Amino acid sequence: MRSITPWARVYVVAVSMGAVLCAAPVRFAHTPWGAVALFVALCAACEQLAVGRFGGGRGYDGPGAAGLGSGGGPPRWHTPVLLAGAFLLPPEAAALVPLPGALLVRGGGHTPWPRRLWRAGQLGIGAWTASRVHGALGGPDTVVSRDFPYTLVAAGVSVVAFCLVLALLDGGILALAEGVPVRLAWRGLFVRSLVPVGVHGLAGLMMAVLWRSPHGPLAALLVLLPMWVSWWVFAQYHRERAAHQATIRALVQAVDIKDGYTRGHSERVGQASMMIARELGMDDERVEVLRFAGILHDVGKLGVPTRLLRKDGPLTPEERRVIELHPEYGHEMVRGIGFLGEARTAILHHHERLDGTGYPYGLVGSQIPEFARVVAVADAFDAMTSTRSYSRARPVPVALAELERCAGTHFDPVMVRALVRGLERRGGWHPAVTADAGRSPGDLPAAPPVSGRAGTRPDGVPGQVGSKGRAT
Amino acid sequence: MRTLVHTTAALLTLVSLAHTLWSGLDERAVALSFALLVLLGELTRWSGPESREAAPLAAAGALSYALLGEDAGRATHHGALQVVTVVVAATLVGCVPHVARGQGPTADHLARRVLTAGFAAVCFQPLYNQGVFETWGGPGTDPGPGPGPGPGPVYGLLLVALLGLTSLCDAVLAAALAHARTGWPFGPLLRDELRAMLGIGTAVCATGVVMALAVAVIGLWALPVFSLPLLLTQFAFRRYAAVRATYRQTIASLARATEIAGYTPAGHARRVAVLSRAVGRELGLSEPELTVLEYAALMHDIGQLSLVDPVPAGATAALPVAEQRRIALLGGAVVRQTGVAAAVAVVVERQADPYREQPVSACVVRAVNAYEEMVRDAGAGGPLRALEELRLGTGRDYRPEVVESLARVLARNGGVVHERMG
Repeated sequence: MRSITPWARVYVVAVSMGAVLCAAPVRFAHTPWGAVALFVALCAACEQLAVGRFGGGRGYDGPGAAGLGSGGGPPRWHTPVLLAGAFLLPPEAAALVPLPGALLVRGGGHTPWPRRLWRAGQLGIGAWTASRVHGALGGPDTVVSRDFPYTLVAAGVSVVAFCLVLALLDGGILALAEGVPVRLAWRGLFVRSLVPVGVHGLAGLMMAVLWRSPHGPLAALLVLLPMWVSWWVFAQYHRERAAHQATIRALVQAVDIKDGYTRGHSERVGQASMMIARELGMDDERVEVLRFAGILHDVGKLGVPTRLLRKDGPLTPEERRVIELHPEYGHEMVRGIGFLGEARTAILHHHERLDGTGYPYGLVGSQIPEFARVVAVADAFDAMTSTRSYSRARPVPVALAELERCAGTHFDPVMVRALVRGLERRGGWHPAVTADAGRSPGDLPAAPPVSGRAGTRPDGVPGQVGSKGRAT
Repeated sequence: MRTLVHTTAALLTLVSLAHTLWSGLDERAVALSFALLVLLGELTRWSGPESREAAPLAAAGALSYALLGEDAGRATHHGALQVVTVVVAATLVGCVPHVARGQGPTADHLARRVLTAGFAAVCFQPLYNQGVFETWGGPGTDPGPGPGPGPGPVYGLLLVALLGLTSLCDAVLAAALAHARTGWPFGPLLRDELRAMLGIGTAVCATGVVMALAVAVIGLWALPVFSLPLLLTQFAFRRYAAVRATYRQTIASLARATEIAGYTPAGHARRVAVLSRAVGRELGLSEPELTVLEYAALMHDIGQLSLVDPVPAGATAALPVAEQRRIALLGGAVVRQTGVAAAVAVVVERQADPYREQPVSACVVRAVNAYEEMVRDAGAGGPLRALEELRLGTGRDYRPEVVESLARVLARNGGVVHERMG
């Protein structure tokens, strides 16, 4: 967790005090203590299982609330228990249900106290509200009398109230602890949580109904099994996806190092491509594919001998031909990766030029796929604005002037204009490269370190805009 | 074996259809609702590569109809044969769009669906309709809303036990069918089926029981209410399978880097992976172990990327041992960099060790790689000579069981191994 601001501390303490206040009158209510104890135990068990056995699913908390909350991610799988408690128990007792689980959770690494307090407070208030709303609508009686469409209505309204409270509290913590701007903090939190919590709410309702039926609590517990399985699969999914992303990142780093680029070139090209795509008004899916196209555009260089890529001094025509094979190598490598889609043609054609002097096929104008034209501009832009062993980084305006000069002959003017617009709108070029944050890839055996090998880079190396003002 | 299963399923279907046509449907509304549920489940069927249960909602619907004794407090009277009829009809209708797209379920799937639903129904319905369960506090003694005289739990447990038995039969059936189809050993197949049952199978069974109980309590409203959570489960499985497939494709591409760089001949990594998987299966490795083995086999040559000069024809098995081990270690280091599971890196690293110090997967990769390299250019008599050479090397380099498994796999497939790969 990041350092917590004093206001965030106050907020967390206030929320947990709120939960305590909600649960406090429980002494005076007619409380079915046996049921409360069972629900508390269930909730704690769910929490414990989630953290202990599948600690890898931590990313499940959602990126929006990396620090504290349960954020915008899908609900944890104890939600059905919580909601079933809200449907069955009086509000004070329902507020009690999540507290011990959230406070006493152990294992799965260090869980700091503010985080526990926060979870307990947030869930306690949420459960109390849901139960309160459900009670006001006469829900508990309909659960017993199984007066069906109306039971659904009462449960639905109470689930919406639950989501609303959770979203309100989450937004607060985002604004105070994560420094998200106030007007953005609440955006989408409620709507995003509605569907998953709604589905879990249905399971909770089924639990409550079966609990009150002659089949009793045992049948109610069976409802949890499918929820548990789906939670488990989601956790696996997140783990596998993280592994996949790590693999792609490592692949890209290997290329960058092998080529002696400054670190993060590929990733920056991905970001520049994405910016251009947004300016062109592409939908999110294509933007994402284009990002991959940018990231992987030089992956074929893995197939080119390192010796050639880093050669000091001019290349012979033969050597240049070998290097110019890299788009085809790259295409050959990624051909089998289904999700890359159009990105594969971008990898093959990112060195084509509008006037037909590019390679590998010398395509002209609109024969060049759109994605390839985007990546070509992004690649050249980043090559000029980053420092290489053979040339210093040039300022952004100089690079843009160079791109505009070559627009129409080498680059597609539409893409160049989109890049210029995107940079204006964002107030400059500030790429964030995650590759730098990770482990050091400097010792990748595929690439011996480059120290002391600064030299002049020959013209004509693909992907570069030459230092003599000539785009190659 | 397959013919036997298919014939049994077909006979059961015919008898049920004839009986239902003869005597008509009991409780049409209930039958129709469950048919719709199964139909919906079939329509959302998903023909992914790794699906043990492609249409969990349909399976759960069929099972819960088989175990249904009561609809909102009123006893139902449908017999086992009607269950089979309804399930078969709905399943067949639900298949139509998939068949039109050319990716319908296979005859094996249909037979399994019919037989499992039939099994559960035959176990439950006759006993229920004779009123055996009433003495157990099941349906029939439900006094309606409000606290009853403590019937319930036993009945629920009974249904759970029944479905447990049913899914056990289903697993045996599935393993037997797979065994007959592919010729892989039955034991490991059954183990994999049972393990897969813990995942989606648990969800399907629990949903089946819950739906049967919930319909008994609140009537048909329970169906839409509780099919949504199962759809969520299905969605989760689908996403998981999709990302796994993508990951596998990425690993395969990474493996192609050595081929493109000209270090190894085209297709070598892929062939070694396919053959290693087959040998691993023959040795009885579990599904997760097979995945590790496959990834390791795909990347076993990746250490060569670190070499300044390529090994002639990429044939590492002919190199001096020290050199082989050096390349293996380099490869392990690369694999660790890529963030693939550490188990894969270990297999890649140890692939050149003497077999007594190796994990089984590494033995498989070593032997299969050597075989592939020897066979590649050898022509007609190659496979036999290569196997002979591997057998001669079982003193130190190649594990004897692995070589024998390889020989069996090759003998069974006439030297050509086809297996689905990402």
